Amino acid sequence: MSNANTGRPAGPGSVGGFIGSYPLLSLILQRIVLGFVLLLAISALLFIGIEILPGDFAQSYLGQSATPEAIANIRRELGLNAPVHERYISWLGGVVQGDFGISWANKASVSDQIGKRLGNTLFLAFWAAVVSVPLAIGLGMIAVHYRNRFIDRLINVISLAAISLPEFFTGYLLILFFAVNMGVATFPSTVHDGMSFGDRLSAIALPCATLVLVVLAHMMRMTRAAILNIMSSAYIETAELKGLDAFRIIARHAAPNAIAPIINVVALNLAYLVVGVVVVEVIFVYPGMGQYLVDAVTIRDMPVVQACGLVFAAVYIILNMVADVLGILANPRLRHPK
Amino acid sequence: MQLLKAMPWSARIGLLGVFIFLFSAVFADVLAPYGERAIVGDVWEPASAKFLLGTDNLGRDLLSRMMYGAQTTIFISVIASVLSFSIGIFLSFLAAVVLGWTDQMLSRLNDLMMAIPTLIFALVVLAALPQELWILVLVMALIDSTRVFRLGRAVAVDIVVMDFVEAARLRGEGRMWIIFREILPNAMSPLLAEFGLRFAFAVLFLSSLSFLGLGIQPPEADWGGMVKDNKDGIIFGVPAALIPGGAIAALAISVNLIVDWLLNRTASLKGGRGNV
Repeated sequence: MSNANTGRPAGPGSVGGFIGSYPLLSLILQRIVLGFVLLLAISALLFIGIEILPGDFAQSYLGQSATPEAIANIRRELGLNAPVHERYISWLGGVVQGDFGISWANKASVSDQIGKRLGNTLFLAFWAAVVSVPLAIGLGMIAVHYRNRFIDRLINVISLAAISLPEFFTGYLLILFFAVNMGVATFPSTVHDGMSFGDRLSAIALPCATLVLVVLAHMMRMTRAAILNIMSSAYIETAELKGLDAFRIIARHAAPNAIAPIINVVALNLAYLVVGVVVVEVIFVYPGMGQYLVDAVTIRDMPVVQACGLVFAAVYIILNMVADVLGILANPRLRHPK
Repeated sequence: MQLLKAMPWSARIGLLGVFIFLFSAVFADVLAPYGERAIVGDVWEPASAKFLLGTDNLGRDLLSRMMYGAQTTIFISVIASVLSFSIGIFLSFLAAVVLGWTDQMLSRLNDLMMAIPTLIFALVVLAALPQELWILVLVMALIDSTRVFRLGRAVAVDIVVMDFVEAARLRGEGRMWIIFREILPNAMSPLLAEFGLRFAFAVLFLSSLSFLGLGIQPPEADWGGMVKDNKDGIIFGVPAALIPGGAIAALAISVNLIVDWLLNRTASLKGGRGNV
């Protein structure tokens, strides 16, 4: 197992025997290695790509009126004089050990900030997922069951509208209604270390609801399409013509084939959730990664921007990788490749 | 006219919505009761006969700013989506016609760019680049063109193997002829629906960036920036921020309604099983 992991993933000659005897395992390993290669490529893109873009950081760091000597000093201090590839390797070496460098703005460790804020962001995304996933799958099934009838069309039109709602519209609407007019929810949703679990939950109620509304419609439409795709295939028609009852058809014939696409839909939307969190955090003044990234972009604090960008990309890629691996596991055809 | 009659009511509503927004954007200079930057009243005045939608955080007329904002938001979004479409389609068709390592390079680069979430990508790139309008449009277009590339390549690969393309090749036509005269006309209908989706996405994306303070810079009016300007009023129960937010939503919904109809139409033309 270890030799396949360290070697080239797609080399059929070197690991051919391994692929032959463990087709499923090698597929999964391939996918995981591919994920890490992708992550490495993205780290290079984020670091080197930004370096070759026009615009001198020392200049923007000091402002337009800076003297050439001051700029040279700053360049030395920030280590901008070394060649790009050297700086990339030392940055990457730090990242692997969990060290993202030091913020230009306040000279504090970026890793400490990220450690605190990533927990907050994941806490928010986790509760949004817990609410939205069962709700979306349930609604998708209802839509399929009443397909082309009034309920299905109603769900279709409402979800089409919900997809088009920007996060800030939903967010401020919820704030105006629940926090200002009715006074039942808290705004801004600040959380800090000393808060109890219950207090935290009540603080994130509104941002969580906003996130749920953002992903729910999308996830539901994709679930509906995935199940409908299977319900219109020939073997379901056969089962119907045999006279099986609706429950048996769904449980024994449709559900096993629908698992892979549904898992895929869920994981894709969880990845979207982690990204959607950026705008929602800004709306609700929630101390998470998104707020940190936006603040850093505004003042051009590059170490923080690069670190946050990499962390968001990593979460996104890992969730997509998990989706693919679960999809492989759920699809028996891939277990015995021809 | 015949086409209009065959449309379902949802698509008609969408068309009407898009028409209203376009009309108020084009004729903003004539229709708007006050200037874009003119301070004409108190801060956050409620809606009245004098100010139909009330005033904003500096006492400017909201209705006038909404109209000028429509100009900016729609104009930038159209340019960005046309640009992303041109880039995405040209490169994807080129990849499908040439194949070989050109295709490999373009496709792998596309995979790499699509693996980074769009908003994060835009934020990181905009942090490094100077804040100028053409850069913003270019960044939006490039990031969005990855989605067009993926669809365009999938469509073009199916068409490239058709007999009439083979015939054109044997006739000795060049690559550009094959891309623009053979493939493009036959790929139009799925791409048209995609253009609508890309435009709706560009409106939402631009507004999100402006809302975060990284899109269009004040005092120029644009819908996302107007939400940001008026967001502090929400705590005092002033709904001024919801008006531009609602306009963004209404425009995106209208476009989506039309796209939904287009997609259903092309699906039924292909003889799909039932209304999927």
